[in-house]
Amino acid sequence: MIGVLVAVSATLVWRRDGIGGVTEILTRDLALFGGILPRVLAGCLLGAFIAEILPHEKVSRSLGPSSGLKGLLIGTAFGAILPGGPFTAYPVASALLTVGADFGATIAMVVSWTLIGYGRAVAWELPIMGTDFTLWRIVISLPLPVLAGALGRFVYVRMYPKGAP
Amino acid sequence: MSAALIIDIILWGSVAAVGFIAFQRGRLVLTSSLREGTMDFINIVPRIALGVIGSGYIAAVIPQEIITGWLGPDSGWLGVLTAVIAGAATPGGPVVGFSIGAVAMKAGGGAPQVIAYVIAWALFAFQRLLLWEIPFMPARFVWFRAAVSLPFPFVAAAIAMAIGKP
Repeated sequence: MIGVLVAVSATLVWRRDGIGGVTEILTRDLALFGGILPRVLAGCLLGAFIAEILPHEKVSRSLGPSSGLKGLLIGTAFGAILPGGPFTAYPVASALLTVGADFGATIAMVVSWTLIGYGRAVAWELPIMGTDFTLWRIVISLPLPVLAGALGRFVYVRMYPKGAP
Repeated sequence: MSAALIIDIILWGSVAAVGFIAFQRGRLVLTSSLREGTMDFINIVPRIALGVIGSGYIAAVIPQEIITGWLGPDSGWLGVLTAVIAGAATPGGPVVGFSIGAVAMKAGGGAPQVIAYVIAWALFAFQRLLLWEIPFMPARFVWFRAAVSLPFPFVAAAIAMAIGKP
């Protein structure tokens, strides 16, 4: 499905800008791809190590379904300090799910990473949007990961009352 | 020192730190997680390749003016709603999303609408869900997370309206 979407878009670019447009985008994105590859590797290794060294019973106690508000706060804090981009956040989140975190805490972590994680804010948002906007945007976002995690938990136990399907 | 370099250092530092902990648990723990992580990496590279190399084309065919037009100035809750839809539909990486936000601000878009746009884009930009999140995580989790995230750009816009910032 994504392949089709990309092929159609590439054809449209070719029709509009000729072969020059196609190769220009290709070289730029290849360079970007080469740049992020080592980080993808780092993310995968980080996820694998975390899945291996975190004790399951401890994770399910502090991030599991009955971890309460504390679990959501831990997830939020973890997402906020996690270094790197999507190539780290998603493997690590996936590892947390494997070792016993519930959907709620993992949602809090992923949402916290996207909204209050410093990686994207420092690298992209500050220079493009300016300090004032970025800081207020982050302040406004502060409560959202916990709320999203709580909503996730609330919906999850009603969708799957007998636990994970 | 650039921000990207600092982030790389923190990233690999964390990898080294958890790797060292794994090593202390025993050589077997270290080698099995190294193998696990490398296999994940090998499986994911083709999908990421398609995503990263393809997203440039997708971003190139969706004109940015259409998206900024949606964010219109002083458009109230309807503007917030369109901002959320625009955020979900915005293709490409962080440069595209924030640049559109910045253009919308300069073009007179309201702060709550731009906040809603940036947050919707951060939470559930469709292309990122497909290209980044699905390859790494169980699809069931990804859709569930995106669904429960839906109200939050509106919540953020409401907070922005209430406090009158930024």
